[in-house]
Amino acid sequence: MPVTSQLFRGFPRAKLWGSSLFPCQRQLPCCPTSHRPTSSQPHSIWPTAMPVRGYRRSPDLHSYNLTPPQVNSILKANEYSFKVPEFDGKNVSSVMGFDSNQLPANAPIEDRRSAATCLQTRGMLLGVFDGHAGCACAQALSERLFYYVAMSLMPHETLCELEAAVEAGRPLSPILQWHKHPNDYFTREAQTMYFNSLRTYWQELIDLSSPGESLGPREALLSAFKRLDSDLSLEAQVGDANSFLHYWVLRVAFSGATACVAHIDGSDLYVANTGDGRAVLGVQEEDGSFSAHTLSNDHNAQNENEVARIQGEHPPSEKKTVVRQDRLLGLLMPFRAFGDVKFKWSIDLQRGVLESGPDQLHDNEHTKFIPPNYHTPPYLTAEPEITHHRLRPQDRFLVLGTDGLWETLHRQEVVRIVGEYLTGVHQRQPLTVGGYHVTLGQMQGLLAERKARASLAFQDQNAATHLIRHAVGNNEFGAVDHETLSKMLSLPEELARMYRDDITIIITQFNPHVVGHQGMWT
Amino acid sequence: MACCVLISVVGLPRGIWSSPRRLASAVETTQPIPLPSQARVVICGGGIVGTSVAYHLAKLGWTEIVLLEQGRLGAGTTRLCAGIVSVAKPISIECKMADYSNSLYEHLEEETGVKTGYVKTGSLCLAQNQDRFLSLKRLASRLNVMGIPCNVIKPKEVSKLHPLVNIHDLVGALHLPGDAVVSPPDVNHALATAAARHGVQIHERTTVNHVMMEKGHVTAVETDRGAIECEYFVNCAGQVTLYPLRVCTKVSVPLHGCEHFYLLSKPLPEPLQPSTPVVMDMDGRIYVRAWQGGVLSGGFEKNPKPIFTEGRNQLEIQTMQEDWDHFEPMLSALLRRMPELEVCEIQQLVNCPESFTPDMRCLMGETPGVHGYFVLAGMNASGLAFAGGAGKYLAEWMTYGYPTANVWPLDIKRFGNLQSSRTFLRHRVMEVMPLLYNLKVPRWDFQTGRQWMEKHGFERAKYFIPAGKDLLSLDASKTFYKPDWFDIVGAEVKCCKEAVCVIDMSSFTKFELTSTDDQALALLQHLCANDLDVPVGHIVHTGMLNERGGYENDCSVVRVKKNSFFIISPTDQQVHCWSWLKKHMPDDPQLHLEDVSWKYTALNLIGPRAMDVLGELSYVSMTPEHFPSLFCKEMSVGYANGIRVMSMTHTGEPGFMLYIPIEYALHVYNEVMSVGQKYGIRNAGYYALRSLRIEKFFAFWGQDLDPFTTPLECGREFRVKFDTDIDFLGRASLLHQRQEGVSRRFIMLVLEDHDTELDLWPWWGEPIYRNGELCGTTTSSAYSYTLERHVCLDFINRGDYEVDIAGQRYPAKAKLYPFSSLFAQQRRLKDEMELSNFQGK
Repeated sequence: MPVTSQLFRGFPRAKLWGSSLFPCQRQLPCCPTSHRPTSSQPHSIWPTAMPVRGYRRSPDLHSYNLTPPQVNSILKANEYSFKVPEFDGKNVSSVMGFDSNQLPANAPIEDRRSAATCLQTRGMLLGVFDGHAGCACAQALSERLFYYVAMSLMPHETLCELEAAVEAGRPLSPILQWHKHPNDYFTREAQTMYFNSLRTYWQELIDLSSPGESLGPREALLSAFKRLDSDLSLEAQVGDANSFLHYWVLRVAFSGATACVAHIDGSDLYVANTGDGRAVLGVQEEDGSFSAHTLSNDHNAQNENEVARIQGEHPPSEKKTVVRQDRLLGLLMPFRAFGDVKFKWSIDLQRGVLESGPDQLHDNEHTKFIPPNYHTPPYLTAEPEITHHRLRPQDRFLVLGTDGLWETLHRQEVVRIVGEYLTGVHQRQPLTVGGYHVTLGQMQGLLAERKARASLAFQDQNAATHLIRHAVGNNEFGAVDHETLSKMLSLPEELARMYRDDITIIITQFNPHVVGHQGMWT
Repeated sequence: MACCVLISVVGLPRGIWSSPRRLASAVETTQPIPLPSQARVVICGGGIVGTSVAYHLAKLGWTEIVLLEQGRLGAGTTRLCAGIVSVAKPISIECKMADYSNSLYEHLEEETGVKTGYVKTGSLCLAQNQDRFLSLKRLASRLNVMGIPCNVIKPKEVSKLHPLVNIHDLVGALHLPGDAVVSPPDVNHALATAAARHGVQIHERTTVNHVMMEKGHVTAVETDRGAIECEYFVNCAGQVTLYPLRVCTKVSVPLHGCEHFYLLSKPLPEPLQPSTPVVMDMDGRIYVRAWQGGVLSGGFEKNPKPIFTEGRNQLEIQTMQEDWDHFEPMLSALLRRMPELEVCEIQQLVNCPESFTPDMRCLMGETPGVHGYFVLAGMNASGLAFAGGAGKYLAEWMTYGYPTANVWPLDIKRFGNLQSSRTFLRHRVMEVMPLLYNLKVPRWDFQTGRQWMEKHGFERAKYFIPAGKDLLSLDASKTFYKPDWFDIVGAEVKCCKEAVCVIDMSSFTKFELTSTDDQALALLQHLCANDLDVPVGHIVHTGMLNERGGYENDCSVVRVKKNSFFIISPTDQQVHCWSWLKKHMPDDPQLHLEDVSWKYTALNLIGPRAMDVLGELSYVSMTPEHFPSLFCKEMSVGYANGIRVMSMTHTGEPGFMLYIPIEYALHVYNEVMSVGQKYGIRNAGYYALRSLRIEKFFAFWGQDLDPFTTPLECGREFRVKFDTDIDFLGRASLLHQRQEGVSRRFIMLVLEDHDTELDLWPWWGEPIYRNGELCGTTTSSAYSYTLERHVCLDFINRGDYEVDIAGQRYPAKAKLYPFSSLFAQQRRLKDEMELSNFQGK
């Protein structure tokens, strides 16, 4: 039964064995402070044990047949497109725009995404964040990380102006222009605290730099990532007088998230990656086909360098325990992440913080759980690996995706699907008659066939939606199959997580008229 | 900037036209002849348009003409164009130009000895549905007026004329036996040869870089081979160099390029005769002509590809490729129309960029603000058909100051700055190109950049849809018969006549002319036919006439202060009127002209209750005793001050025009609407205004009046200051005409025996027959809700009249003066019945 075999692919999906690390998630909804337009009461169910096989043997038990419009409404619920506005009939940005989308498997979804244009400096920031042990950390990253990056990129003078404005109580000129989907979360209560931490950061940046100086994108990204992670950790240690906020910062610190962020300024593309998200460039070859060029390394057990790095950071006695069952300390799949203080703090610190924490923390038996073989923390870092790529005219688009995407589709397949979608009929390998003898009738037949193939892609207005359609609905022949789609999408919430992970995708399209022709415009 | 020189060489190494093209002997370029240091006229662009202008100028006796071409003659769009000369064009002046071009090309070979490939094939316009057939019949009526032969034929006859056409889905066709095909580069070459014989100097491989000006006059052109002093510069460079030229000279030329594709086939197994008629299947969006035993077929697709938004550069020219996927709908349409072509082999798909304008008509004339700078461009893919006629008109324009026909629809001054945004142009041409073959039902509108209807970049409401009616279905159901908005406009008209309506007229052009002394009065007395030396506060309707006594502008002038005048002109006069005034203004720093169109919002309060509404808002009595007709007072309305209230409505109905400083507009509008409620006030649109003014016999400039119409011909002698001895522009001509008597007369025709529900409606341009003989065409037409009849305005003389609507003739009663007495009677009757009814609501 093809559908069943398809569904088996998604077997061990949980990023973190056991739910023990997340305190008391049953008592409270995941994002109590988040403003969510949907009215459904989120109830967080963490898979506590290995899924029972019997469940998966009978998927038709739960398959409600969805109609194509129903499938479309599920797939399109979170889609978002942004087109860089044209100025006087032309787009002078190296980015034409982006399409993004999310498909939840967890309820509520633990992935987050962000996109923003830097207003004080040049460039555009795009990022996907994959949370684990709850969504709190990913939520915090999606709101905060870009501010840290933007600050790091600012020249000394701009930072001084900013500080002077805050000092004098003047309104701040906006730093980022966000491109948000209306469903994207926003933690209103924590904004003051976030702002204070950010201000401390820029004050330090002012002290450390001298006039006329600014960090390059590489240093800026590195500094921002590390700083935000240390702020997350620090805020949890200091706590907050407001017990609600205190609880929130602890949840952020005790949950974790990976981040894959791209900064695009003209032809310079920087990718900063922490964890197992991935950035893949779609390159159009001369023959019109697309090939994938990966711009990030996954930080997990499949990456030998990472395994070696972790083993090298700890005494040889821990060599066997530090990576077990392809997981960090036998527990965590990504080898780098934000938050996750369980893998960063000393045992004493963890106990101290938890004891002084709000009462809710004590109700849960897992609170005091310490990873096994926990001898020489920290085991985990948020330090990103940074790649620089100079965009060329043949670089057509960039796919940022959480591991939910890359587990289901090979990167080459991803790039092919997106490339064919984006170019549509018009830029697909153009037909030429050349010296051949072609009759009008033959040509008409050929064109009709091409048109039929292309019209399939027109079902989606959003490249990310189109990609998710393939990721979820591909049958064994690599074609989207409505039955598969319908089954995968109609899985009950508690089962969905076993067959697939949250998928978050941002597809950025480059402007071929600008990329590689910088001289013409600047 | 010189990057464009190689276009044709790079883009298409081999010309598609196989006939050998030698250059005219005068232009052998192995050893370039040095440029002259001065000339009278420099023409830029050696395509068919440029050579036609040169040819006609030379024929009119001009000397010292220099024609510059940056590449080789006919290397631009001319080389690639399909070579069809057809008279099936949307407006009459275009038909005239095409007809002239046709006869010019026909005799060119005789005149020059250069082979032009001219074959009088005739052409077939096919109709796949009744609406298209109707539009073809209307075209036929118009062509008959011009004496151009054409026949409306049945599908069966089509197959007799063309061996390949599949007729099973056709309703009918229009056969134009006079249409022809030519080889465009050869025509180009012939024109150049003829021009050279008349002394025109032609220089190839010379790029114009800059046009020099001094005090608003062209003085010289700078080329890559040196400068040439000149009095006149003619820009016929099409899309190739317009961009640099318009940047250098700040001349706004609103056109934009689009890719255009056509297919060339190899010869058919049984070669197609060269005399096979051209087929235009507009419903299939394609044209087909015979070409070297095979066919040449192109079309105007629904989804055109605009190009060169950022100006033309080398990179883009190299990427001008065939795009078969884009051509697919047209190929399918071709094979549906001519199934036998299926076995025919492909020779080539040609991509030939064409330039388009915002309203589908070409750009001709002297540019506003730069004397001596003429433009002829933006041919909307009909360059060949128009080149001859357009070149002739432009040459006449340069010689006599105006062409021998009314070319206002083509005048470059019909566009203002609003239409020069590149983004707007890019989006608009994407709409324009498909429109070439779209079925155009009466009162169709452009869609780009508008909510309602657009005039000169302004939006105007056509009518206000009552709650509960669906706008989309109204917009979609356009027809040659009674339109869906009939009752809506009827209700608005009724309200204008019996209560009060508000119409937004802000689009009207508004100028202020002031001076320290009486210079302003002197200027206006010279330009205007009517006497403007009136007391302050008076409004004068007057024409601004040209030397021939024809209307250059029809405006209302208010004497605001002793030396300050407020001039209100029709919307599309903004550029034309400005340049007309500027042209005649003495160079006097004390005399100041300002365009205040942007400063005032104009609300038109029409109807018998307008005075009540306004009276309540201003606490001033507005009755005719206190505020007689044609007066202007500055007063306060609501909380707003400084509002110019004028007792006129442009329709002949009682009411007021309110010129409101723009920042108060919303407040005043809201006040008017809320106070007006008890008088039954409502919004009304332009269709209501139109119906009102036509039944009251008000002529509008641009529709009824043109530079060839004098006040005497339209019954407006009373607006001419014959009784004074002030010498105004056109006076001599008018006096002469008064002596000789007028040969034509503006009249109103009321259709008899015409069933509004069932018969085709007159719109405009319908021929009029007197005693069975053609005597004119309608200039505007509307349904009179008062007379419950159709009313058409037109120029003719006395007799028994018939109006021809798409081949059917309807008897009509001619009137020289409005039905004022009739109105009065009817109104009294209706007043009693319906006003009571109205107030009950």
